Amino acid sequence: MQRNKRFFDLKRILPLLLAAAMYAAPLAITNQYVLRVCVYVSIYSILACSLNLISGVCGQVSMGHAAFYGVGAYTSALIALSFGLPWPICLLAAGVLSALVGLLIGTPALRLQGGYLVICTVGFNELVRLILLNWVSVTRGPMGLTNIPRPRFFGVAIHSGRQYLYLSMTLLLIVYITLRNILHSRFGRNLRAIKEDETAAETMGIRVHREKVTAFAIAAGFAGMAGSMLAHYMLYINPNLFIGDFSTTILSMVVLGGMGSMPGSVAAATLLTVIPEALRELDRYRMLIYGLMLICMMLGKNIPWDTTPLGRAAARLRGRVKIARESEHGGKD
Amino acid sequence: MLLKVEGLNTFYGNLHAIWDISLDVGEKEIVALIGSNGAGKSTLLKTLAGCIPARSGRVVYRDEELRLRHMRSDRLVKKGIVMAPEGRRVFPRLTVENNLKMGAYTRPKKEWTDSFTRVYDLFPRLAERRGQMAGTLSGGEQQMLAIGRALMGDPKLLMLDEPSLGLSPLLTEKIFELIQQIRDQGTTILLVEQNAVAALAVANRGYVLKVGHVVQSGTGRELLSSTEILRSYLGTQ
Ligand SMILES: Nc1ncnc2c1ncn2[C@@H]1O[C@H](COP(=O)(O)OP(=O)(O)OP(=O)(O)O)[C@@H](O)[C@H]1O
Ligand SMILES: [Mg+2]
Repeated sequence: MQRNKRFFDLKRILPLLLAAAMYAAPLAITNQYVLRVCVYVSIYSILACSLNLISGVCGQVSMGHAAFYGVGAYTSALIALSFGLPWPICLLAAGVLSALVGLLIGTPALRLQGGYLVICTVGFNELVRLILLNWVSVTRGPMGLTNIPRPRFFGVAIHSGRQYLYLSMTLLLIVYITLRNILHSRFGRNLRAIKEDETAAETMGIRVHREKVTAFAIAAGFAGMAGSMLAHYMLYINPNLFIGDFSTTILSMVVLGGMGSMPGSVAAATLLTVIPEALRELDRYRMLIYGLMLICMMLGKNIPWDTTPLGRAAARLRGRVKIARESEHGGKD
Repeated sequence: MLLKVEGLNTFYGNLHAIWDISLDVGEKEIVALIGSNGAGKSTLLKTLAGCIPARSGRVVYRDEELRLRHMRSDRLVKKGIVMAPEGRRVFPRLTVENNLKMGAYTRPKKEWTDSFTRVYDLFPRLAERRGQMAGTLSGGEQQMLAIGRALMGDPKLLMLDEPSLGLSPLLTEKIFELIQQIRDQGTTILLVEQNAVAALAVANRGYVLKVGHVVQSGTGRELLSSTEILRSYLGTQ
């Protein structure tokens, strides 16, 4: 009986099944276009999950995440182009440099609260775009960087859409697991406490500013890695890929995913990548729709959802799951 | 002497909120700080908790002079100076148990069990509700949680800012009983209260603050019998 229960422990089996399904799925996809969309879904999921750490979990809303994505993409591409280093090293360098830039910007910016922080990060994103555009001797300005080398493993270049999908999915999986472990650590609990009540967190002895800056730098680092993935997939990048509009899109993913939920971020990243592809003719209205959605979500935060029929149903469901889990664990905690 | 403060000054920008305040807190005492709204009681506690920087003055804690520049909340919590801030400020969307864990944040995990036992013994109500979201607790339960959370830091000096705020007379009485109980367990308490009569009744000593100055001090009983003070500064009978 006891053994059976442990064997069918849903909580442990489900992620494995999901991962297995995830890795099996690309074998069934033959359409190049679908593979392409899936690669983008992976890259955008990394962006959404990383922004979720600082904006969703810790409550420090940033509208400049695309800037770190850009810093990472350019770093990686430039290193590969000028030194011919292998991709994993470029990826790491992109992550480290973006994290350092995050540290540099985050240290002063995270002293600001709410709307001031948002404006500051918007300004930062614009600054990065202008640098990429005007530092022509290094970035080649509006022409962008071309002929970025493909990632190579054991002398073989990654070529097909399916190979790229496996690569980007693996990167997503690594980022996801890392972030998940961070969320469940003491540091993660501190971030949640800061979002809940900064003053109280401070009186507990939490170094509020330091924790915020650390989270910001980690988020920036992962965004930089996503940028590296993009650069070596597209093989061509230009400053327009990293404008403020795209930061808004990433933030929409985090908000839509439910501020703080990692699976939510991935689901929302998927939705917001697939839907615009499906509704190409609506492309013109995309930013309008995102804007409206952000406003609705922000307003929605003030609605006491728990008292609405929907909220009550959700609460009942949660209660049932929790009870099921508790009986599964049999008071282990 | 557990804490000795001399000539402490705190500013909010140009606003001089704490003027040359000196006070002593002895081991295992309850010291009450009373005064009307805006007298600077909360500011004084926040300064001593390291949430606001002091501009000048001397703070000696357990025979060690604390440098004002180094008075930062994380260091002070580790030294055993913990404040339960005004207005409870529990983490509403964390469970009762996780709120308490936050309070023990600076301490190694193996020491938590004793503190949990102590808090749950003092506040059996919290033990019953350990899995509940703190935001859904009643005001009184939230206050117990705020005090319990501060105790999880294992303070030598516990600073409570208006623990009776918004509580019914019955619960207020209960909270003051618990405060005495905490003191009897060996924790020194610096207590800020609007409820001057009740606070002075349990306090060993008290200080009366007025616009950032200490205007009167003495034992709890002395201050209680000084009806003039109560009437002019506190407006109670
Ligand atoms: N963050 C702040 N910025 C500027 N001034 C402040 C700030 N906080 C408090 N003050 C001012 O400092 C003075 C003392 O405030 P404090 O909160 O310490 O009073 P208090 O004695 O705790 O009052 P109460 O009993 O109403 O809580 C007040 O005049 C208040 O306006
Ligand atoms: Mg006050």
